[in-house]
Amino acid sequence: MAAEESAFNIHPMDQFVIKPLFGHGDILWYTPTNATLWMGITVLAVIAMLVLGTRGRAIVPSRSQSIAEEIYAFVHKMVEDIAGKEGLKYFPYIMTLFMFIVLANVLGLLPMSFTTTSHIAVTATMAMAVFLFVTLLGFYKNGFKFLSLFWVSSAPLVLRPILAIIEIISYFVRPVSHSIRLAGNMMAGHAVIKVFAGFAGAMGIGAVAPIAGIMAVYGLEMLVTVIQAYVFTILTCVYLNDALHPVH
Amino acid sequence: MASEETTSEAGNGAVDAGHAVAEHYEGMPQLNPDWFANQIFWLVVTLVVIYLILAKVALPRIASVLSERANAISNDLESAEALKQKAVEAEEAYNKALADARAEAGQIVAEAKADIQKDLNVAIEKADAEIAAKAAESEVAIAEIRKGAVAAVEKVAKDTAGAIINKIMPGAGDAKAITAAVKSQMKGV
Repeated sequence: MAAEESAFNIHPMDQFVIKPLFGHGDILWYTPTNATLWMGITVLAVIAMLVLGTRGRAIVPSRSQSIAEEIYAFVHKMVEDIAGKEGLKYFPYIMTLFMFIVLANVLGLLPMSFTTTSHIAVTATMAMAVFLFVTLLGFYKNGFKFLSLFWVSSAPLVLRPILAIIEIISYFVRPVSHSIRLAGNMMAGHAVIKVFAGFAGAMGIGAVAPIAGIMAVYGLEMLVTVIQAYVFTILTCVYLNDALHPVH
Repeated sequence: MASEETTSEAGNGAVDAGHAVAEHYEGMPQLNPDWFANQIFWLVVTLVVIYLILAKVALPRIASVLSERANAISNDLESAEALKQKAVEAEEAYNKALADARAEAGQIVAEAKADIQKDLNVAIEKADAEIAAKAAESEVAIAEIRKGAVAAVEKVAKDTAGAIINKIMPGAGDAKAITAAVKSQMKGV
């Protein structure tokens, strides 16, 4: 099998393999890996964009300060529009998620980089954190009234139990779709680029079509990375709104 | 990085599932449970660090910059409004001053006219009085001249009459009669 592959080396999933940064030992829970490295670079990017960019604190902002302010205003408005004024209390948490996801996604587009958000372990952790947080918050804020989220009072009485079952199922499916959507999008785009790259490598000079394909998919991926970060964040806001205002 | 390993490992032709790290990975790396704990641990560390950076430094700073800007803009708008108000007031004051000045000028003109009229009246009166005085004097003078003329005519008439009578009938001239005759003739004059 490997002998066949040697002529035509396309291993689109190899880019997602977790490797220790130092040596070739086992990966323990604390081992610094390529995931650690790229998460660290994400943190540095956050510092560069939001801390270094705003150090001028100018009334008339510089370009970098403008970027930081735009991102701030964008997420702030999203939280306020969707979750209301009460939701703004949780704005730093949502901003944390957005900054991590959008920068991890975009950094993942650098050649030879590792996309931390293409791993279901990462996105599922965030999605579960959001799910548990909003569920506990819903019960804490509303008590058992939170269950009215599943009781569609605008529907005819006969339909309500059936709708309740559907609502409950859809509620518990939320973290699954929330996490798989992001990881799947990241993985698929990168894998497609890698497949095209494999074709290009096999064709050598004259690989115009695969390279054009890479360019096209890369452009699409630029969109997808930011849109998926936006989708993850806006869904978090929607779930938060359900916890704060559970009237259906 | 994966492709380098791909070429080196492909030559060996050995895919050891136990050391998938260094070789082609069979299946999806995303589903390897051995790596979950590592990823989750570092993710939590990363998110906590980002949260601390945002909550302690970045977000308060951006929020303060934004609110400062909003304040500055609303202050500027307020002062612009105040300046506009001042400009309106200044224009009103200017118009008022202009109207006052016009009114005053009109008054001064009217006063000047009245003064001139008064002076003129006085001058006319004086002139009238002088004219009247002169006329009266002239009348007196005319009357005197006339009286003198009448007397002269009477004397001439008397003398002429006496001379005529003396020529016609010498010695018959009675001065008294002549005078009476002349006087009676002159009555009509």
